Amino acid sequence: MTTVINVPPSLDDATIEQVLDQVAPLARDQKILIDARHTRWASPYALTTLLTVAQTRAERAGFAGPENDDTASYWARTGFYKHAEQLCDLHGHVPRARNGGESSVLLEITPVAKSEDVHDVVERIQQKAQAILVNELHLDPQATMRFAMTLSEACQNIVEHAQRGGWVAVQTYTWRQRLGRRVVQIAVCDAGIGFRASLESAHGRRISDRWDDGMALEDAVIRGVSRFRDPGRGQGLAGVRRFVGKWDGKLSVRSGTARIAIVPSWDEDVPLVENLAPFPGSQVQITIPERIPAR
Amino acid sequence: MINHIDVSSVLRRTVCDLYSNLVTRPTGAAVRTEIENLLSAWRGPSLTVIDFSHVNLLDFSCADEVVAKLLLRFEGGAPPQDAYFLLRGVREDHLDAIEAALERYQLALVMQAEDGGLLLVGTVNDAQRRAWQALRELGRCAADELATALGEAPAHAAALLAALHERRLIMRFDDTYVPLGVAQ
Repeated sequence: MTTVINVPPSLDDATIEQVLDQVAPLARDQKILIDARHTRWASPYALTTLLTVAQTRAERAGFAGPENDDTASYWARTGFYKHAEQLCDLHGHVPRARNGGESSVLLEITPVAKSEDVHDVVERIQQKAQAILVNELHLDPQATMRFAMTLSEACQNIVEHAQRGGWVAVQTYTWRQRLGRRVVQIAVCDAGIGFRASLESAHGRRISDRWDDGMALEDAVIRGVSRFRDPGRGQGLAGVRRFVGKWDGKLSVRSGTARIAIVPSWDEDVPLVENLAPFPGSQVQITIPERIPAR
Repeated sequence: MINHIDVSSVLRRTVCDLYSNLVTRPTGAAVRTEIENLLSAWRGPSLTVIDFSHVNLLDFSCADEVVAKLLLRFEGGAPPQDAYFLLRGVREDHLDAIEAALERYQLALVMQAEDGGLLLVGTVNDAQRRAWQALRELGRCAADELATALGEAPAHAAALLAALHERRLIMRFDDTYVPLGVAQ
């Protein structure tokens, strides 16, 4: 029997939880059909998380993509279908990516599994990032290099800790609901071992009674703790936090059953959410808003 | 002896000839290992200029591997050889990553700015920083000369110079000390 997983019309970091809520109770070998026919919009975080959902299934998932032509075409331009067809049985019309001079996709969905992939991602992002971050989002030219550093560190989390490949995507879009401004968003998602298991693997680590996914995220994201004893470790996420703080951005990291966020004043999210539907790996979202030029 | 290492060339030679970005820990470790190999071939006291001018991007992990771990090996009482390092061609975004790495280990280094001026970067207490600045102005001097310049007791000045030398922030020639850039 196939279980249909209904994908909401608008898919972002909040609404993707509806998908994970439906998937969590199912056995890994339970056949699922991810039904995104009525979806009209998806953030890069949501698209990479959808791929991760498919990656976690022991029984190959089915996938029905958006019926709306513009949405389907956009998903194709992000590279979503290219990866989805490796993981899922695709149902219905599979759109081809049209070359429309798409400037909102800074980095199409790209697999990350090894160090060379991070080099590739960083090389590819730089030229386009300069034009879009400075000219369209009005960020300081200095932000471009820091943005690429942030992207590099976020991707390295997969290489260093996940023990399984994941995906990265970078896009800009107008975030009408929460901000009314354009943003650039980095999404880095994997279905690996997650923060809690990674920290537990540290030799000699004492696990307290209160040890859970939320605490693991606090340790890693806020306190810069790493599974490695080397004091130089844990700098990557600290660097990401500094970049996000400087540019009034938002960082959220979901792992296991918890999600932690560095929340800017423009957002109403809470710093820590626990008791979410269990889901493997870690899912990172970094959002940097457009700067409004001083008049 | 003064040596020059172009980090970008080391990166292309050891990791991939297409790369211009110093990113990821394995890349950083490979570059550091090659720098250490080059250093081991040089005998006697040496000042090595590590040049970042042609490095496009330096991320935090790579700064930790290339800069912090290199310094860690040489600072302290028993370095493998009498080597000193001066960083050059460091841009502001490079410095973000380098400073974060130095802070983790309470390390410091000397950097040459674009205008040729020397900067002390990283974790240095006020007394050491004052002594380093005074030495930079004096050029080459012994502990008693520095003591006079600082208005401190000679023993205190000598202790400050010994600490700076142990951290590889100044060079020592017999009883006198020289700031890295001046030694160049």
